[in-house]
Amino acid sequence: MSVAGHFASHYSYWITFVLMVAGLYIVIARGNLMKKLIGLSIFQTSVYLLYIAPGKLIGGTAPIVAPAFKVYSNPLPHVLILTAIVVGVATLALGLAIAVRIREAYGSIEEDEILAADRDGGERV
Amino acid sequence: MTLAHLPVLVVVVPLIAAPVTLLLRRPGAAWGIAAAACAFSFAAALLLAAEVAARGPVSYQIGSWPPPWGIEYRLDVLNAFVLVLVSGVAAVVAPYAWRSVAAELPRDQVYLFYTMYCLCVAGLLGMAATGDAFNLFVFMEIASLSSYVLIALGRDRRALLAAYQYLILGTIGATFYVIGVGLLYLMTGTLNLADMAARLPGLQTTRPVLAALAFITVGVSLKLALFPLHLWLPNAYTHAPSAVTALLAATATKVQVYVLLRFYFSVFGLQLVTETLPMPEILLALSLIAILSASLVALWQADLKRLFAYSSVAQIGYITLGISMATKEGLTAAVVHLFNHGITKAALFLLVGGIALRAGRAGFDRLRGLGHSMPLTSIGIVIAGLSLIGVPGTAGFISKWYLVLGAIETGRWWLAGFVVVTSLIAVAYVWRFVEAAYLSAPGKRTPAPGESPPVMLVPAWLAVAACVYFGFDTSFTVGTARRAAALMLGEGP
Repeated sequence: MSVAGHFASHYSYWITFVLMVAGLYIVIARGNLMKKLIGLSIFQTSVYLLYIAPGKLIGGTAPIVAPAFKVYSNPLPHVLILTAIVVGVATLALGLAIAVRIREAYGSIEEDEILAADRDGGERV
Repeated sequence: MTLAHLPVLVVVVPLIAAPVTLLLRRPGAAWGIAAAACAFSFAAALLLAAEVAARGPVSYQIGSWPPPWGIEYRLDVLNAFVLVLVSGVAAVVAPYAWRSVAAELPRDQVYLFYTMYCLCVAGLLGMAATGDAFNLFVFMEIASLSSYVLIALGRDRRALLAAYQYLILGTIGATFYVIGVGLLYLMTGTLNLADMAARLPGLQTTRPVLAALAFITVGVSLKLALFPLHLWLPNAYTHAPSAVTALLAATATKVQVYVLLRFYFSVFGLQLVTETLPMPEILLALSLIAILSASLVALWQADLKRLFAYSSVAQIGYITLGISMATKEGLTAAVVHLFNHGITKAALFLLVGGIALRAGRAGFDRLRGLGHSMPLTSIGIVIAGLSLIGVPGTAGFISKWYLVLGAIETGRWWLAGFVVVTSLIAVAYVWRFVEAAYLSAPGKRTPAPGESPPVMLVPAWLAVAACVYFGFDTSFTVGTARRAAALMLGEGP
């Protein structure tokens, strides 16, 4: 298979990996707590694709046990990812809630400003 | 009848207790339910461990769906041992939390603390009990999300930042893990760990399987705080409420070590991990740096809680050092140290929590002359500190002993020397406490004479007593660890 053909037949993986790396990069490179969470969300979403794309068969139906339906898509990855989506939503909600609390306590959601505020002896016991 | 359902009840009881505490809303009732659930799990875990020791692995099919289609809970000597550690620590910390949490949290948040406590314990126990890779991920996230909340409940505003950083790194770790599991699922078509192990031979050198091993290693290492992925740990342990630090330090990272062991030796197999990829060499290098650097950093901390947090990073290094040997003695050392370090750190953080209650926090300026104002707490820290160092007669000695045996067995005498010399750094940082508590005159910030309340002191001293007990009677710890090591190396149960 030609390089282009190889690329095209695996295009869902390429999208997955671009999203994965882009999300991880945002988490690491950005100092804004909100942007970090957005990056984290993109990173997690790419995993949903990683699971779901291989479960799809072209021309496949829902898994119906009947003689008329011979080719069906595997439903298990979808079920797994439904769970993973719930986990992702919970993580994002908790992350946002903590970011709100940090904003209340420090008056900022920029990581460098928060760290500077603690260095200046904002200690509260 | 009910006995047959114990493998699932050990997880489900704390899981059900969580919403019950939420509905009750009253601090006392919530505490009672949480403590009872943890005590039940501990009793169940002991029964299960005895059952597994007597009759071999126990398999439980959730909803009677046979594996590999249904989710299987599978207990062998290794994870039954982890269940005992986790539920035991949870059962000891729960009564302690009664006074500690009441002092550190606003009254209207106390019942929520116990909801999260139950969820965290259920998550950790579930991770240990399950035999399904994706189910393990779900429990990992239950345990992690609840521990982020527990850490954020700390009084200091820096607890919020610590929880946020842990959330980001922990989620990256869990996502790496689930990517690895996804790749394994693509290659084998199964999520049941035992089934996966059976289908992997023949696929072992394919690139997705190698990538899966790499992703799972990095993801789990982030969670177990292997150097250099430990950056979340010191802040999280320092700023979390005392009871939370004791629970997490003793259990959370240990369960992750178990996950790593399970994947390395039960799923991927010795050959892939040690021969195809240079995992032992990588683990060895990182463990050595972890032990050395974290011990040295611990020496310079101004706060006792933070000192012991860095010491945890170093002690995890000893555990991974044992794993990196991949021999029977090495794995025995890893499993024994997993348990012994768990109880030692539980004892230390419980006692430090008592100091925090009386003195506000455990900064070294407040520890001066503490040997006179809080004698029982101080002597407890010294005894548990000796276990941390590995002095004969304490639990810590047993793990160091097997680590040295493992090093000699693999012909690396320098490694045995390294273990002994780095223990001396532990002597130095424990000595800092002795110097402050016994050899310094009380300062103006030292708390007035008086111990922490008995409800906190008794659980802490139970853990201290365990540190000494398991230094003499090693039939449970070492006996189980040796069988677990034999199991992991494929020498039969």
